[in-house]
Amino acid sequence: MTATTSSSAATATPSPLADATRDEASLRRFLHGLPGVDQVGVEQRAAGLGTRSIKKAAKLWAIDTAISMVDLTTLEGADTQGKVRALAAKAKRPDPERPDTPQVAAVCVYPDMVETAVEALRGTGIHVASVATGFPAGRTSREIKLADTKIAVDAGAAEIDMVIDRGAFLEGRYSQVFEEIQAIKAACGSAHLKVILETGELATYDNVRRASWLALLAGGDFIKTSTGKVSPAATLPVTHVMLQAVRDWFVQTGELRGVKPAGGIRTTKDAIKYLVAVHEVAGEQWLNPDLFRFGASSLLNDLLLQRRTQADGHYSGPDYVTVD
Amino acid sequence: MSDRISVAKTYKLYIGGKFPRSESGRVYPVTDTKGKFLANASHASRKDVRDAVSAARKAFGGWSAATAYNRGQVLYRVAEMLEGRREQFVAEVSASEGVAAKKAQSLVDASIDRWVWYAGWTDKIATVLGAANPVAGPYFSFTVPEPTGVVGVLAPQQSSLLGLVSVLAPVLATGSTAVVVSSADRPLPAITLSEVLATSDLPGGVANILTGRASELGSWLASHGDVNALDPTGAEPSARADLAREAAGTVKRVLTVPDAEPDWTADADISRLRRYLEAKTVWHPLGV
Amino acid sequence: MGIFEYAPAPESRDLANLKSHYRPFVNGEFVDGSGEPLKTINPATEEVLAEVGTASVSDVDTAVKAARKAYTGVWSKMPGSERAKYLFRIARLIQERSRELAVLESLDNGKPIKESRDSDVPTAAAHFFYHAGWADKLDYAGYGPNPKPLGVAGQVIPWNFPLLMLAWKIAPALATGNTVVLKPAETTPLTALVFAEICQQAELPPGVVNILPGAGDIGAALVGHGDVNKVAFTGSTEVGKAIQRQIAGTSKKLTLELGGKAANVVFDDAPLDQAVEGIVNGIFFNQGHVCCAGSRLLVQESIAEELLEKLRYRVSTLRLGDPLDKNTDIGAINSAEQLAKIKGLVESGDAEGAQRWTSPCPVPERGFFFAPTVFSDVQQSMRIAREEIFGPVLSVLTFRTPDEAVTKANNTPYGLSAGIWTEKGSRILWMANQLRAGVVWANTFNRFDPAAPFGGYQESGFGREGGRTGLEAYLDV
Repeated sequence: MTATTSSSAATATPSPLADATRDEASLRRFLHGLPGVDQVGVEQRAAGLGTRSIKKAAKLWAIDTAISMVDLTTLEGADTQGKVRALAAKAKRPDPERPDTPQVAAVCVYPDMVETAVEALRGTGIHVASVATGFPAGRTSREIKLADTKIAVDAGAAEIDMVIDRGAFLEGRYSQVFEEIQAIKAACGSAHLKVILETGELATYDNVRRASWLALLAGGDFIKTSTGKVSPAATLPVTHVMLQAVRDWFVQTGELRGVKPAGGIRTTKDAIKYLVAVHEVAGEQWLNPDLFRFGASSLLNDLLLQRRTQADGHYSGPDYVTVD
Repeated sequence: MSDRISVAKTYKLYIGGKFPRSESGRVYPVTDTKGKFLANASHASRKDVRDAVSAARKAFGGWSAATAYNRGQVLYRVAEMLEGRREQFVAEVSASEGVAAKKAQSLVDASIDRWVWYAGWTDKIATVLGAANPVAGPYFSFTVPEPTGVVGVLAPQQSSLLGLVSVLAPVLATGSTAVVVSSADRPLPAITLSEVLATSDLPGGVANILTGRASELGSWLASHGDVNALDPTGAEPSARADLAREAAGTVKRVLTVPDAEPDWTADADISRLRRYLEAKTVWHPLGV
Repeated sequence: MGIFEYAPAPESRDLANLKSHYRPFVNGEFVDGSGEPLKTINPATEEVLAEVGTASVSDVDTAVKAARKAYTGVWSKMPGSERAKYLFRIARLIQERSRELAVLESLDNGKPIKESRDSDVPTAAAHFFYHAGWADKLDYAGYGPNPKPLGVAGQVIPWNFPLLMLAWKIAPALATGNTVVLKPAETTPLTALVFAEICQQAELPPGVVNILPGAGDIGAALVGHGDVNKVAFTGSTEVGKAIQRQIAGTSKKLTLELGGKAANVVFDDAPLDQAVEGIVNGIFFNQGHVCCAGSRLLVQESIAEELLEKLRYRVSTLRLGDPLDKNTDIGAINSAEQLAKIKGLVESGDAEGAQRWTSPCPVPERGFFFAPTVFSDVQQSMRIAREEIFGPVLSVLTFRTPDEAVTKANNTPYGLSAGIWTEKGSRILWMANQLRAGVVWANTFNRFDPAAPFGGYQESGFGREGGRTGLEAYLDV
């Protein structure tokens, strides 16, 4: 069946679920009516899938796929144009001595660095993603969040990673969170929207499921675990819950939405565990950069080292990959 | 004939999994029962007590949250390490207590076996001391014993290893963490025990061992607001009432101990385990 | 087909240290058995793994005599603290040789290496570890001061968890001061005989443990032997009844752990995705060769369709194949005989009108395999709802109310285990109270721990294994 990713302009909720978003009370009833998530059960499934042994051709495929899913990220107060240009160069040629290495999916920066990134990546096909809406805390006014988004979009960002208002969510003001996502989605224009749930602050898997559905109902193209600025950031069980949400969304609506775990994914071994989770929880369709991304910075170098190890037949070392 | 010069060991404190000297810089000479110099031991201060309590508190979360099975495995591993160091302990106990090698050997063997006895208790405590409570109502009620927290232990003055093991192992078996003040005059086996603990899988801070004087440090433990229970065994009988009074300031659980040091070779019972446990009772209705 | 094919990831067969010939273990030594040797096969490939000497009736007598001598002369005189140290050694040796044992178990039994590695072998070690600690604490077990052992225990175990069932039998028996003669199942004798090696490495006094491979007749001879004080049997209800008849009127103490047809009850407020996992674990773990398997899914009618859809999707991701492949979820059926039984009952399901769905997973051509199967629209009167299939076949029934769930769940002569899935605490406790089952799992399934007693009601057997309660079987109390 052909999948439809949600259109950018309209925020029309697919009809089986339109009732859920009619008003605050309906939204609350819907979200609170979702099945609970048993903590021990989900953690056990995540741990069990983590024992899958992925070797040889499957491992090579997984490494290359993971590389192609990386949103190479720098989100520091000390970011400069030089830093962003260095990152862009890395994105284009992750391993200069192995030109058959795939490119990453995107480079992710703050709004005021978008212009630099766009310039540096012109013609490469690598997207520029920008955080927005008062990232990472999101503790500011609607006006400022919209303006923040506009800066990024106007500068050429093809993807916007917004943060939800966790305070409003924890207060139960679901409509406010919902409307804010809709508003940002509208401000994105043709850019695609990732909605950061900040799962570490949501604290329970039940909340992660509810927030996932809230973001999907509001039109988010991707749901994203974390800003990477709060610990815990991405974890396998949390990602399981989100993968289940996008699968359930697909079964109910026919629409394909994506998932992005971000923060704390440092090794190839971890990345492969995530790919196994995508494969077995959501399904094969999600095993591509249109529907799954890794928000990471140091992961890329470990992927490159492992790629070399598989190809060369011996362990590699950090001097053989570039520092950018 | 040239006798090889041995490399003498420096005996330090054991806090947070590491071996620092006393922050006071003090040491005191330790001799065998005939007055022959054995080593300079660190003379722990109140600040060392403070640091040890802090380490014990920090370690409590992880140690008490570990499964009883895991704690049992770790404690059994300690026994394996003790067994491996048998000869060293025999020599140290013999020198410290002035007993012949054969007697020292039986004391060391008893210490290892006692440690094994406590290791096997970890996953049985809840069964023996917990309960399902047959309350008169549509409720499921159960009582589980939980570790009390940080336990301050004044180890016996005479029995340098067996007595020490008998007061320390029960603390750890319950899932509590310990700050131990060793025998003042016979502290060396305590530090060798610390080395055993450090090389087993016991997380740093679960047991902390300070060499020094119970008469000086006891009241700092007894009055400390972050210590939950106190074993006053190593204190002078005349000082125990004062310690108990100080402990009352924070409603500590204080172990009742006989005036004279007991015969540690007698079979242990579970009175120490019980003292370091809190009973938590939970209720929940039954209904559709 | 798939874009993410997992490459074969086989665990190395060599780790099993497979010998061509194994022998019975009597009085601390491996001896020739005077029974007809049997050939044990790998059910995944049908190849012969090894030849195993078996016991004859006279060997049973020799073994019981050795166990008696060891009991009277050594084991019953030994302080509990010393017995404990032997058991601790055995636990450690199992841990040390765990990889070897896991691979051998998968070869001989057919279960996936991931299960023998992550579940069977570690739990077997844990049983020895746990019971070691009881050996010198029996005064605290609630049976009065200084409770005494029974003497010589004759133990007969099944093929579904060979090493683990051995641990469940031998650990408490030894901890309480008894000596044992154990007969492993005909199709899975190998890990028991490596265990015998472990007893030697632990320097266990000769005769305390004796292992006699053989078939049902040798089991009967052991059970019926006049100098056996205690009989412990895990296996089919049919054989259990025969044993109970056989020793009726004697002074032998008996415990039985027999079959089951457990109900896994899912309410409309269950944590749905984890309930699916629990259902899958309940019936497909160990290929469904589990006495306490959740073989009947009782799902609340209002969510039945939604649940079944998720269940089918999930079951179709289960990987069936080579037990030694680390990615295999479902291994081989233990024998041709068992496979035939499963097929027979599945045919009855079709004949009696249930709706069958089978996973489209590829099935190997060689070896004894059966693809995970779910029958829906099952009614209480169908054979697949009443008889133990002991295979990867789930029967799905529905219910409307909690009372109806209880009635249907209890409507069986079995009573080993049950599952409850709901987020409502009071309902969990109310259901647990109502269910006639010796083990109730709420929001989980197939959890085993040496500290938690296990055993059944009614025709699922009597007596418990594990915990303080489990010690009773081996004490003269």
